[in-house]
Parts: sequence; structure tokens; C-alpha cells
Amino acid sequence: MALSTLPRDGIIHRPEIIREVGEAGATVKAEASLSLPERLYQVAALRKALVLIGLAVIWQAYGLWLDNPLLFPSFTDTLQAFFEGIVSGIIPARAWISLQTLLIGYGIGIVLACLLTTLAIGSRIGTDLLETLTSMFNPLPAIALLPLALIWFGLGTGSVVFVIVHSVLWAIALNTHAGFRSVSTTQRMVGLNYGLRGLTLVRKVLIPAAFPSILTGLKVGWAFAWRTLIAAELVFGVSSGSGGLGWFIFENRNLLETANVFAGLFSVILIGLVVENLVFATIERRTVRRWGMQS
Amino acid sequence: MEARDAFAWSGVEAGKCAAPTPLLTVEGVTLQYKTTDLLITATHRVDLTVYPSDRYILLGPSGCGKSTLLKAIGGYMKPVEGKIALKGRTVTEPGPDRMMVFQEFDQLLPWKTVQQNVEFALLASKRLSGKAATDRADYYIEKVGLAKFKDSYPHMLSGGMKQRVAIARGMAMEPDVLLMDEPFAALDALTRRKMQDELLRLWEDTRFTVLFVTHSIEEAIRVGTRILLLSPHPGRVKAELNSLDPSELGTARQSQLETRINDMLFGH
Repeated sequence: MALSTLPRDGIIHRPEIIREVGEAGATVKAEASLSLPERLYQVAALRKALVLIGLAVIWQAYGLWLDNPLLFPSFTDTLQAFFEGIVSGIIPARAWISLQTLLIGYGIGIVLACLLTTLAIGSRIGTDLLETLTSMFNPLPAIALLPLALIWFGLGTGSVVFVIVHSVLWAIALNTHAGFRSVSTTQRMVGLNYGLRGLTLVRKVLIPAAFPSILTGLKVGWAFAWRTLIAAELVFGVSSGSGGLGWFIFENRNLLETANVFAGLFSVILIGLVVENLVFATIERRTVRRWGMQS
Repeated sequence: MEARDAFAWSGVEAGKCAAPTPLLTVEGVTLQYKTTDLLITATHRVDLTVYPSDRYILLGPSGCGKSTLLKAIGGYMKPVEGKIALKGRTVTEPGPDRMMVFQEFDQLLPWKTVQQNVEFALLASKRLSGKAATDRADYYIEKVGLAKFKDSYPHMLSGGMKQRVAIARGMAMEPDVLLMDEPFAALDALTRRKMQDELLRLWEDTRFTVLFVTHSIEEAIRVGTRILLLSPHPGRVKAELNSLDPSELGTARQSQLETRINDMLFGH
């Protein structure tokens, strides 16, 4: 063995290796397509569907085993109640009422957040105002304000809108302000260099530059608003004339129509999923993802 | 003040040709800025005069206030003493007649494509509109060799390509002076060298005026026609030198000049 004898200079000398690539390479395939199951496993939607089917099977099995529709209706019972609700038009009507209230609250929240943030980027005292208000009110659960809202606005949409605005406003204002502050000095200077000033600078440079944070604020705000709405409707939907989904859930619990309660919850989940995965995901894909501002 | 011909700048004595009008004058400019607990004097009574088609270099070690001086010329800060004037008008605020090219890669707006970035500068500053803006943007993108990438977003480009877009954007505005703040400092050595040559090639085409900040003596000699040396803490003018003709690069004269500048900056 040549290598076993250690040379004097401590370096192991050995012959150079030069290979003819190709003589053996003819039989090696550089690319091979994956098998069908492997390819299907790459599709995220398919994997998630698998999870959902699994959950539904467990639900159904437990429901059948318990055999107590009052306590825990099976998956098929719930599905049936849901489709009956859809066909009779009750669930769509209730969902529509909920969504209307939600959109009003969400809209007002966005406008107020814009005003607050404009004040905050315009002046030092505005920044202090925003920071103080958000640190005071952000930790306060919207539902905790409901008794007060009832005194001020009475039973009805006014009170619900008030608590939704509260839950939306701080999340959006906080994120938007953080977004504006994190816009790089260079990009601001570029905008100034073009001769942009004041609101034009905000509109054409600062808002797009802060868009990832603004979008996060809108998403968080939406989730808060949706939760607050259902909770508020559950608490005092009893006395309002035409309630939304929360009221639908509450009503059916009183009637011990547990399958309908589940169907109501199912609708809440469904609407949440649709907005998150279709609306916001689409906006994200067309903006911040495309611009490389978020991976 | 020395006056000189822009085309035969190497070692020509002052006063041989008719005195041209200066483009940019900086007279006795002192710049100060505040940190949380200090008042820092960045430059002290700096004078300089830039003539049309100059490739004027501000050279000095870090802390000599060269970038601050460029920002003041850009209109981003006001001198506490002295005057900055472009074509006789005092500089008071940033404007499209002095386009900046920054060192940072994020100077391109990430939500716009290469084409849109260049075009937006023209539209936002109301220099051009519609088809004229598109055509001008295309022309300069072609000039920096990025025609193939004009629909790409900045995050898909390499650092050198981003700086090229920034240069195209600056040139497309056809400003009175292009202000470059260490534009190649964040690039790797090979790309930097290539970009310097490209800048010179672009200059040969249109002979724009450029004010270029760098801390590299080699880059100063390669890129510049005239070099202002600044001493640190605070920045003061140490000398104003003529650079070399491109044909003299790589010869003994280059290393002589490098040694001379090095001695002036760090000698005493």
C-alpha cells in the first residue's frame, strides 16, 4: 500500500485523477419524473383536504358512537342542517346581516385608523397620541366595552358597530404606523428627489412602501372584527329584532337544535376561511409577494 | 479658482481657455447635525466649483463629511454657514435637477418594475408624461444594457443590475448634475470595476456632469477628472487635484498619483 507509508514532509502524495465523464454516464438519467402519489403529495391543497377529511371522519365516528344529537350531532347531521339552512335562506340572510354590520364597523375603523396615523406621521404630539391611545385601548377586549356601548347606543347595530370599531382601529393604526416608520430613509429621499411632497409623497411612496405592514394590520383587524361581532351578537342579540349569525347560534341553542348551532359555527368558520384564503391571499400574491417584499 | 477645458483636463494650466461658467458652486459651507447628545460639525467652510461635464470626486476617509456634503448639495440639509448654488440659484430643497444615486440597493421602489421605476421618476417630477416618458425610460434602460430585464421587479435583480437601474433613472431625468453617493461601494470587486468602466462609457456618450463620493483612491483616479480631498473631523478641503487621462491608467503615473493622494490624506 502506497498510502500506508507516511512521506517525510507530512503530506500524503497521491496520483491525480482525471475521468472521462460520459463513458459511464450514458446510462445515468439526470432527471426522472416523480411517481403519481409523490407528485400528489406535493400539492398543499390536497394535503389540507386530507386533514379535513380525517377530522370529518373522526367527528362522524364520535357522533355515531355517542348517539346523542342533543349534545353532539354527527358530521352528516350538521351538514344536513347547514344545507337546509342554506336552502331555506336563513343562514345566508343571517350571514348577510352579520357581514353588513361587520363591513360598516371595519370601514369606520379603517377611516379612523387612517386619520390617527396621518396625525401621527404629521407631528410628534400626534405620534404620542397614537402611542398612548393604542397602549391604553389595544389590550382592552372589545366585549368589555359592550355594557357601556349598550348604555350609549342602546340595543341594536349601533352598539355592535361601536365595539367592532374598537377592535379594528388599534390593530390597524398600530401596524400602519409601524409600517410608515420602517420605510427606509433612502426611499423617502428618493421620493423627495422626484419633487414629491406632503400627501403626494405619502400616497405614491410611503403607502406602497409600508404596504406589507398595512396588509398585516388589515388582516389582524378583520379577524378581530369577526370574532368581536359574533361574540357581541351572542351576548345581546337576544333583544335585537333581526340578528346575525351569532344570534342564529344563540337562538338555536335555546331551542336545543344543536345541529343548527353547529351549522352556525360552521358558517362562521367558512366565511373566515374564505376571506383569509381567497381575499387576503389574493391581495398578498398580487402585491407584496410579487414585489418581493414578503416571501 | 482654476478654470479648465472639460475635454483636455489632464494637467492643463488654468486660464488658457475662456473661463466657462460654473455649474455648481459651494462657498464656505459648514454643515452640522445633531445626534442625541452631540452637535457634530461634518464639514467646515468647504469651497468647491463644478463645471459642466466634470466628473468631480469628493474623496476622503470616513468621517470627512463627504456624504453629508453631497446630501446638502442634494438639498436634504441646510448649511449653517455658506452657500450652495446650482446655475446661480441657491439650493434650498431636494429636486429633480439634482438626481441622487445612493449606495443602498433599496433605492429602487420594490413595487415597480425596472421600466416603471425609471418612468415613475419622470412622471412624478412632471418632466415628461405618456409616451415620451416611456420612450425616454426605454432608451436609458437600453443604454445600461437592461432591456431584457425591464419588466422584472427589483428583487429579481443582482446588486450591480440594481445600481445600473438607479443610474439609468438618474440619467433619464437628464439632471443638471448627477449626485452619486458611493454607488459601487456595496458591490463585489469585479462588479465594481465593471461598473466604473460602464459609467465612463456612458459619460463618453452624453458628457453629463457627475459629483461622485468615494473613499477609494483608486476609484477616484479611475472615475474622476478632478478630485477634491477632504480631511476628517470636521471635513475641510485639503487639496483639489486633476486626475489622469484614461490612457495613463495602469502606468507609473497612476501609482505616483495614488501615493501623492495617500500622503496628503494620511501623511501628516
